[in-house]
Amino acid sequence: MNEAYLEVLRPGINTTIQDKGRFHLYHIGITASGAMDQSKFQISNALVNNDLNEGALEFAYQGPCLKLVNGNINIAITGNINFNILRKNSTTEEGICFKSYFLEDGDQIDIISTKNSVFGYFAVQGGFKTDKIWNSLSINTKAKVGPNNGEKFSLGQKIYINKSKTEKLLEKKIDYNFLNENIIRVIKGTNYNYFSESALNIFFKEEYTVSNLSDRMGMRLEGPKLENITNTNIKSEGLVKGVIQVPADGKPIIMLSDHGTIGGYPKIAVIISADLDKVAQLPPGSKIKFEEVSLINAENYFKDHIKNIKKYIREIK
Amino acid sequence: MIKNISNLGDASIYCDFGQDVNQKINSNVVSYFNHIKELVKNNEIKGITNITPSYNKLIVSFDLEITTYNEVKQIIENFKIKKNIIQNSKKIKIPICCDQEYALDLTSLSNKLNITENEILETHLNKEYFCYMTGFIAGMPFLGDIDKKLRTHRLETPRVKVPKGSVGITEQFCNIYTYESPGGWNIIGNTPKNIFNKLNFDKPLLINPGDKVSFYKITKQEYLNWNE
Repeated sequence: MNEAYLEVLRPGINTTIQDKGRFHLYHIGITASGAMDQSKFQISNALVNNDLNEGALEFAYQGPCLKLVNGNINIAITGNINFNILRKNSTTEEGICFKSYFLEDGDQIDIISTKNSVFGYFAVQGGFKTDKIWNSLSINTKAKVGPNNGEKFSLGQKIYINKSKTEKLLEKKIDYNFLNENIIRVIKGTNYNYFSESALNIFFKEEYTVSNLSDRMGMRLEGPKLENITNTNIKSEGLVKGVIQVPADGKPIIMLSDHGTIGGYPKIAVIISADLDKVAQLPPGSKIKFEEVSLINAENYFKDHIKNIKKYIREIK
Repeated sequence: MIKNISNLGDASIYCDFGQDVNQKINSNVVSYFNHIKELVKNNEIKGITNITPSYNKLIVSFDLEITTYNEVKQIIENFKIKKNIIQNSKKIKIPICCDQEYALDLTSLSNKLNITENEILETHLNKEYFCYMTGFIAGMPFLGDIDKKLRTHRLETPRVKVPKGSVGITEQFCNIYTYESPGGWNIIGNTPKNIFNKLNFDKPLLINPGDKVSFYKITKQEYLNWNE
């Protein structure tokens, strides 16, 4: 029997496989990677009956155009995305996010763009046929670690899938309210005291703009320069996703999924876990304002955040 | 010993071993790292996702769906490290070519430090270095301590692309870029040796914390003919 695959008719800007992430390797310099927006990633899997941590395709800005060959299978797209389904019989359906679709042999899915957001997810029932590397399917294109030799997908490639035929699902969908929020909650960083009072005032009161020097590694912000009164370097030490470092130029950088595991710039603040998905979705030009919260509140916001994702997953019908 | 424990965000613990950088403090950090790694392996601590040792800090990250700062902090505060574990230390010799095309910052370093290019290289080659930690990018070793007369800051403007294999120095440290990456260290040569091998899943790193590393000079011809 011929194996089912998706043929890449257009790769899109940065199309990779991601899962929850690759853990326990920071000490050798291998970062966690993983979906930039974990909630949309998990929901994409839930919509096609997958384990929530099954690998899904992640794309940024412009997604791929894919043709299903040798299969009949359910797929789902999550995010805030413009896409079309081009049926073999030449009809075109406008796609709706957070809804499962049944694709038949020869059908194409054309993911045109993300709307006022950055990342989207494409899950296929049964997942992609590829081996885990260090226990994860996430592709890290900087270290070239992960499936597909650690590279993003390119024109003409075949992305094999585990299942070739599934029963047509009862259509699954949820109403997801995709909102972009510009208030990002943070906890004081471990080098908070390195900054002058006026710098801290600026950091918490002024608006920052997401610059176009942003990718899966990090997000650079444009805005008023932050004055450092102690030292613009620290002895290099570990980093985690969400840390906001401020280098000598005084402009904050937010560490994201593919961040370096070690860094030498002072840490002014750390984004709370509950807000990591929303910060990842802010496109260049977006305004950001930081709001300080306590650890205990951050933990409670995270509980609410998880409850909310679980509620969406329960509501899938 | 740990001088202070605090939270780095809501899903990581920041163990501070002080400001100094030396092998004794670093060994202490590594002992805690090894101990927590054992606890994770034996399922005596749950939810840990990463443990990151550096010169004088240890960061323990966890899954906030499974555990919390206070739970993990209590475990770390209550175990006792009996003795610094003697690390398995290998001696590793790294070939390095210092021809102009590989030693990108040698001339500017010579001007900055006010010593000749030859003296920089001889001083650097004449010492054995201790591997304090690995990271930033996969397998990059942070080695020290370089001779006092070679110490200087990072480049004012970091390079967008430092070539794979580049050997860099800054402050009291020396590193090796295991693959092309952005970076701001002063580059004095390049090694053809593979420092990170992603296909060797069990032992991807040539140089590990605790190892002793020295460099020896090779010609451009030897560099180009290098075969592993």
